Amino acid sequence: MSEMTAKQVLFEPIFSNNPIGLQILGICSALAVTTSMNVTIVMCLSVIAVTAFSNLAVSLVRAQIPNSIRIIAQMTIIASLVIVVDQFLKAYAYEVSKQLSVFVGLIITNCIVMGRAEGFAMKNGPWLSFLDGIGNGMGYSVMLLFVAFFRELLGAGALFGVTLMTPVSQGGWYVPNGLLLLPPSAFFIIGLAIWALRAWKPEQVEEADFKMSRHTHKEAF
Amino acid sequence: MSIRQFLDGIEHHFEKGGRHERWYALYEAVDTIFYSPGSVTKSTSHVRDGIDLKRIMITVWLCTFPAMFFGMWNIGFQANSYLATNPEALIGDGGLRTAFINALAVTGAGAGLLDNFIYGMAYFIPIYAVTFVVGGFWEVMFATVRRHEINEGFFVTSILFALICPPTVPLWQVALGITFGIVIGKEVFGGTGKNFLNPALTGRAFLYFAYPAQISGDTVWTAVDGFSGATSLSWAASGGVEALESQIGWANAFMGTIQGSMGETSTLAVLAGGAVLLIMKIASYRIVGGVLLGMIATSLLMNVVGSETNPMFAVPAHWHLVMGGFAFGMMFMATDPVSSAMTHTGRWCFGILVGVMTILIRVVNPAFPEGIMLAILFANLFAPLMDHYVVQANVKRRLARG
Repeated sequence: MSEMTAKQVLFEPIFSNNPIGLQILGICSALAVTTSMNVTIVMCLSVIAVTAFSNLAVSLVRAQIPNSIRIIAQMTIIASLVIVVDQFLKAYAYEVSKQLSVFVGLIITNCIVMGRAEGFAMKNGPWLSFLDGIGNGMGYSVMLLFVAFFRELLGAGALFGVTLMTPVSQGGWYVPNGLLLLPPSAFFIIGLAIWALRAWKPEQVEEADFKMSRHTHKEAF
Repeated sequence: MSIRQFLDGIEHHFEKGGRHERWYALYEAVDTIFYSPGSVTKSTSHVRDGIDLKRIMITVWLCTFPAMFFGMWNIGFQANSYLATNPEALIGDGGLRTAFINALAVTGAGAGLLDNFIYGMAYFIPIYAVTFVVGGFWEVMFATVRRHEINEGFFVTSILFALICPPTVPLWQVALGITFGIVIGKEVFGGTGKNFLNPALTGRAFLYFAYPAQISGDTVWTAVDGFSGATSLSWAASGGVEALESQIGWANAFMGTIQGSMGETSTLAVLAGGAVLLIMKIASYRIVGGVLLGMIATSLLMNVVGSETNPMFAVPAHWHLVMGGFAFGMMFMATDPVSSAMTHTGRWCFGILVGVMTILIRVVNPAFPEGIMLAILFANLFAPLMDHYVVQANVKRRLARG
């Protein structure tokens, strides 16, 4: 870990070690908050802020935290930051915070935040940890924006709330795809994104559990 | 020059190093349509049998024909019955279909057997053609890129998918549905033999959740513009057995002269095709038996439990058999040899789970009128688990025997 440069720490999580694409973490919120781009962007910024500052704070006190209660200490830090973000959104972006409702509070349970605090910030200095938090937050954001782009465009015919393809119900031609407004559709899009990512970077493909021997023929006659 | 000579003559272009090496899958597909391959499997474990995958798939395909031909006639019959009393209603969809029907058939009160059939053809043939061309495109593409053979299983998937669509479904939705079914339901897992969901049902489930207005409700089942009328399932949900008996009648529902998806209305035609599958041992009688058993037991239970607000509770088993797509799902979908359980005990469990879930969804869940599609997909997910426990139990029993 120590030989990693700041640039690597910041940019590796975006494609090479994407928290959603490779580690398959933080799926729950990726399903819940990706119906429209506006909401998704606010959620992404919140997660970037929480991950970055919780990493920074945990890294600063990492020598003082007794090992046996480290998870509780990390949780306290993360929970405090989430409350700050929640209050901030309620004060300055009330409409969006109402749409996000419980999911801002649920950033506490986002595996990515906890995972980076435990897996990176406990072993690295404050500056690198802070960058790592931003990097992983960005990796999460890239995936969420990708999902939200398709869900809003095909599910509602709009982007950022601006109608691009007028739905039939409003006298247009586009028949909205109702499946994409349902949370499970994010599974399909994330799955296809992971397929594309692994086709581009084959080193991310996991080793097969077992290999079927090749299907071979011989001439019958 | 015979076809064999022609195919042999061009074969070297498609083999390794040939000019059209990448199109080998396509060449192989054409060759095996005309001739049985002269080669046999020698790798891994396999069964020596007179019947092969190709023969199984073609038999299933042929066995859907009674349901398909009856379905085409029934589309016309339903439409013409409505037109007989509402002569002002628009025939067909106002486009090519209307032109085709008007040119070839009598509509309304005077329509005979052939006229009904032509009316149905105008709806079924385009849907099946789109399914076949779009689905076939994905099959060939994956076979070419992944270098495996094009599988005859697609014949079955395509006909099953077309038969479980309502006649009025827009053709672009057919294309999307079969694309989803083939790509997400089958090819992403490695193609035929590795898919754990039934591809035709996966495609239909996609359409069902994506475009509910075009695939459910009271207006889509009869191919006349502006038609609206309750299906057997909606009669059962609103009025229970009394409404079913007075509005439809069991014999009509069994014969299939009711509204519904194109191939699923006639329980008689489906059972006729299914009987052939059972006799030829292509469909497992254990699965079919399990589905029936689960359905009868659960509907009896529901009859006993009863409900004052939900008339569906009182609907008896013999009505559940003929409503909606139950018979079609039981004979053609649940018995899919790939996505159902593989062990004998597992097949009973699988069938029973399908039967139980179908009735539970129909009766207890107010959100979905029909349950067989979701029940089969649900049971597909559990099939590997069932097989696992059956195999483990067998291992344990044999160990104990010493």
